[in-house]
Amino acid sequence: MSKDIRIKKGLDIKLVGAAQHELTNAAIAQFYSIRPEDFHSIVPKLVAREGTHVKAGETLFHNKAIESMKFVAPVSGQIVEVQRGPRRRIDAIKILADTTQEAVNHGAFNLAGKTADDVKNHLLASGCWPFIKQRPYDVVANPERAPKAIFISGYASAPLAADLDYTLVGKEQEMQAAITALGLLTTGKVHVAIGKDAKSPLSGLNGVEFHTVSGPHPSGNVGTLINKIDPVNKGETVWTVAAQDLVIMGELLLTGVFNAERIVALAGSAVASPRYFKTKIGATLDTFLHDSGVEKGANHRVIAGNVLSGKQVGEDGVLDFYGNVITAIPEGNDYEFFGWNKPVFDKISSSRALTFSWLQPNKKYDLNTNTNGEHRAFVVTGIYEDVFPLDMYPMQLLKACMYNDLDEMEALGMYEVAPEDFALTEFICVSKQPHQSIIRTGLDLMLKEIG
Amino acid sequence: MTFKDNLHVIKERYRGTKMAPAFNALHTFLYTPNEVTHNGTHVKAVDDLKRTMNTVIIALVPCLIFGMYNAGYQHYLALGEIDKTSGFLGASFWTIDNLILGAWTILPLVIVSYGVGLAVEFLFAVIKGHEVEEGYLVTGMLVPLIVPVDIPLWMLAVAVVFGVVIGKEVFGGTGMNILNPALTIRAFLFFAYPTWMSGDKVWVHGAVERDQMIAAGANLDAMSGETILGAYAQNKTLAFDYWDMFWGIIPGSVGETSKFLIIIGALFLIFTKIGSWRIIVSTLIGALAMGLIFNAVVDAGIISDSSKFYGLMSVPFWQHLIIGSILFGAVYMATDPVSAAQTNKGKWIYGFLIGFISIMIRVFNPAYPEGVFLAILLMNVFAPTIDHYVVQGNVKQRMKRLKLKAA
Repeated sequence: MSKDIRIKKGLDIKLVGAAQHELTNAAIAQFYSIRPEDFHSIVPKLVAREGTHVKAGETLFHNKAIESMKFVAPVSGQIVEVQRGPRRRIDAIKILADTTQEAVNHGAFNLAGKTADDVKNHLLASGCWPFIKQRPYDVVANPERAPKAIFISGYASAPLAADLDYTLVGKEQEMQAAITALGLLTTGKVHVAIGKDAKSPLSGLNGVEFHTVSGPHPSGNVGTLINKIDPVNKGETVWTVAAQDLVIMGELLLTGVFNAERIVALAGSAVASPRYFKTKIGATLDTFLHDSGVEKGANHRVIAGNVLSGKQVGEDGVLDFYGNVITAIPEGNDYEFFGWNKPVFDKISSSRALTFSWLQPNKKYDLNTNTNGEHRAFVVTGIYEDVFPLDMYPMQLLKACMYNDLDEMEALGMYEVAPEDFALTEFICVSKQPHQSIIRTGLDLMLKEIG
Repeated sequence: MTFKDNLHVIKERYRGTKMAPAFNALHTFLYTPNEVTHNGTHVKAVDDLKRTMNTVIIALVPCLIFGMYNAGYQHYLALGEIDKTSGFLGASFWTIDNLILGAWTILPLVIVSYGVGLAVEFLFAVIKGHEVEEGYLVTGMLVPLIVPVDIPLWMLAVAVVFGVVIGKEVFGGTGMNILNPALTIRAFLFFAYPTWMSGDKVWVHGAVERDQMIAAGANLDAMSGETILGAYAQNKTLAFDYWDMFWGIIPGSVGETSKFLIIIGALFLIFTKIGSWRIIVSTLIGALAMGLIFNAVVDAGIISDSSKFYGLMSVPFWQHLIIGSILFGAVYMATDPVSAAQTNKGKWIYGFLIGFISIMIRVFNPAYPEGVFLAILLMNVFAPTIDHYVVQGNVKQRMKRLKLKAA
C-alpha cells in the first residue's frame, strides 16, 4: 500500500556540479580512519590499541555506556595511530590497510525462527548497529528502547545529494535482508519513502509501508517523513536508517561479512568532473578527490555530506561513517562592494528584495561559503515557516533552545526534530543564526537532563 | 594595495579593540564582510538584515520626497501665495519652490534623526562590545515622517535619545525590543511636548511662528493648517475632497499624507516579501470593521448630531482608511517584525486589533486626534500574549496526540 506525501513548504537549492551517473572505482587508500565524533554523544572505549592488527569487521572500540555496542574496522590492517584531542578524547583511529584484506566472518544469519533479541545482538556484535539512529535526539539508537516504527527515506532531496535511484541499483537483495531484520525489531511498521516520479530500487521491497513523496526539499528528509506519518510523542522512540546503510547491513546478514564498501557522489562546483566513486568507509578523500579535478590547495572547501548539513573536512579528510556524498565548493572569504544593497542575480534568495532568484526558478547556482552578512539577533519573522514543513513553530523552538528551557522545548516538539530539519531555516536566515548547532545543543541538553 | 585591502588591514588592526564595532559598522556599509560559514549550512541565502532594512527604506523614499513638496505647498498655500492644486499632478504642487522649502525644513529632521540615533547606537555598541545593528536605519527614516514639520530640532533629538535608549537599548538592542522604537519616539514627543504635536497650527510650516508674531503685535493674518481629523473632531465641514486625501495634498505629519504613495510602498513591501501582508490586510480589515460599527450606531439613531462624536462616527467607514495615518501605520509601523506578533496566525489577530482600536481611539478621544500610534504601541505590548496563545494551540495539539496514544 502506498500513501502520498506532498510537501509544499520548502526550498530546492539548485547548485552547479551535480554528480553524473558514471561510476569509477576510487584508488585503494593506504590509510583508513574511523572518527568517533561521527557517532554523536557516544563515549568510545578503545579495544584495539595502537600497534595491534585488526581484521575488517573486528572491534575497534565499543560504547562505554553499552558495552555490547561495537564499532568495527572497515578494513584489515595495523592500527598505526590513535589520534587524541583535548582531554585525551579520541579523535580518530588510523589503520594502515593490508594489501590482502581479511575479514571477520560471522556466518550467514538465517532470520527464520529468530527473535528480536537475536537480531539485535547480531547487529550489535557485528558493528552494524550504529547505522540505526533514533529520534528523539538524533543519536545512535539505544538498543534497550523499543521503537514504535522505523523510517527509511529512499528519496534524496538535499542539494547535490547522491541519487539513491542510481547508487542502490542492484542492491535489492541486501536491502530486503536488512528490511526483514529491521521488521523484527519493531512492533510497528517499517516506513519507506520513495520519490513520486522516480523508479526507485527500493520499490520492490516486501514488508514495508511505502510513501511516495513529492515537493521541494526537505521532502526527502526522514524528519519530514516522521512528522507527516507518525510524529514522535514524549516517551516514544522511532528509529531511522539511511537507505545506503541498508546495503552494508544486509550484506552482513547474508554473507556474514562487514563490507564497508559504498558508492559515494563527489559533487559541487569546485569539482571539474563530478561523478560517483566506489570506495570504503574511512578512506582518505585524496584517493578520488584530485582525480576528478578538485585542485589541490585551491581556495575551496571540502565537505563530508551535503552543503546544508555536512561537515567541513578538508582535502586530507576521510569518508565519514554515514556519508554518501562529498561536496566541494569555493570558499567565499572575500569582501563584496555594496553587497548588501546592490541587485543580486547570482545568489539564491527567499525574498525579492532586489534579489532576482525568483525570476529563474530552474537556474543552477554556484554558491560559495560567504555568509552574505553578519550574525544578528532574530529580527525577521514568518520566513522560516515558508521552508519548514513540520507542524511546529521553528523560531520559538530555536529560542527555547537558546535559553535552555527544557519544558518549552518539550512542549514545542523537540522530540521530533534533528538538526538537519533546521538546515533550510538556517540557509535563509536573515540574521545568520546557526540554527542546526542551536538545535544540536538543545538536543544534547535534553539527552543529558531527560535521557 | 587596493582600497579593499587597505580596509581589511585596518579591520585587522581594530580587531578585539573597543572601537571595532564602530569601524565594522562603517566597513560593512561599504563591503559585505569576508566572513564564511563554519559547520551548519555551508552556503547561505543572500538576504541579510542590511538588505531587509534597505528595502523598507526604499519603500519610504517616495513618501519622504512627496512630504518635502507637500510641506512647501502647504506653506505657500496657507500664505495665499499659490493657488490650490488640481489633483496629484497639479501645476502648483510639483514646483521647485515647494521642494526647496520642504527640503530646507525636512532634511534637518532627517539629519537630526539619523545623527542622534546612530550616535546612540554606536555608543551602545562600543560600550557593550556588540556590532552596530541595522534596526535604526529604518527607525531613523520613519521618525521624520511621523512628526509635524515644524517640530524643534532639539525636541526631536531628546525624543530620539529617549526612544533609542528606553525603547530599544535597555532591552538589549535590535531584535529584543518590545515597543516599536519610532513610535516610542513619537509617543515621547506627544506627551512631553503636546503643543508641538497636535492642534491646528503645527501641521503647516510657519504657522506657529506666525502665531507668535501676531501675539507679539505684528499685523498679520493667522495661518491655519487644520488636519482632516481636527476638522471632523470639531464637527466642522471639510476643506478637502477625498481625492485630496488620497493623493495626500493635505496638512499632516511629514510623510503620512499621501495614501497613494503609501499604497505603492505597501505593494513593494509585499512583493519583496519584506513586509507582512497579513498584518497590513488585517489592520485595514480591523479599521473597516470598527468604522462599520460606528456607522451602524449612527444609522440606528443611537446618538444625535449634537453629540461631539457625531462628526467622526458618521464618516463612511471606508473613508477612515484615507483619513489620518492609519494607512501609514498599517504599512510601515505595525509590520515591524520585532514588535509585532511573530506567528502567522498571531499576525492576523494583532493587525485586526490595531485597526479596530485605532478607529476607536480616533472617534472617542478628540484629545488625541489620531490614535494609530497609541493603538500600535498598545498591541506591541500584547503581541507576545497573542503569540503565546497561538503557540499554545500547537502545543495542545501535541498533548492531545500524546493522550490519544496513551488511551
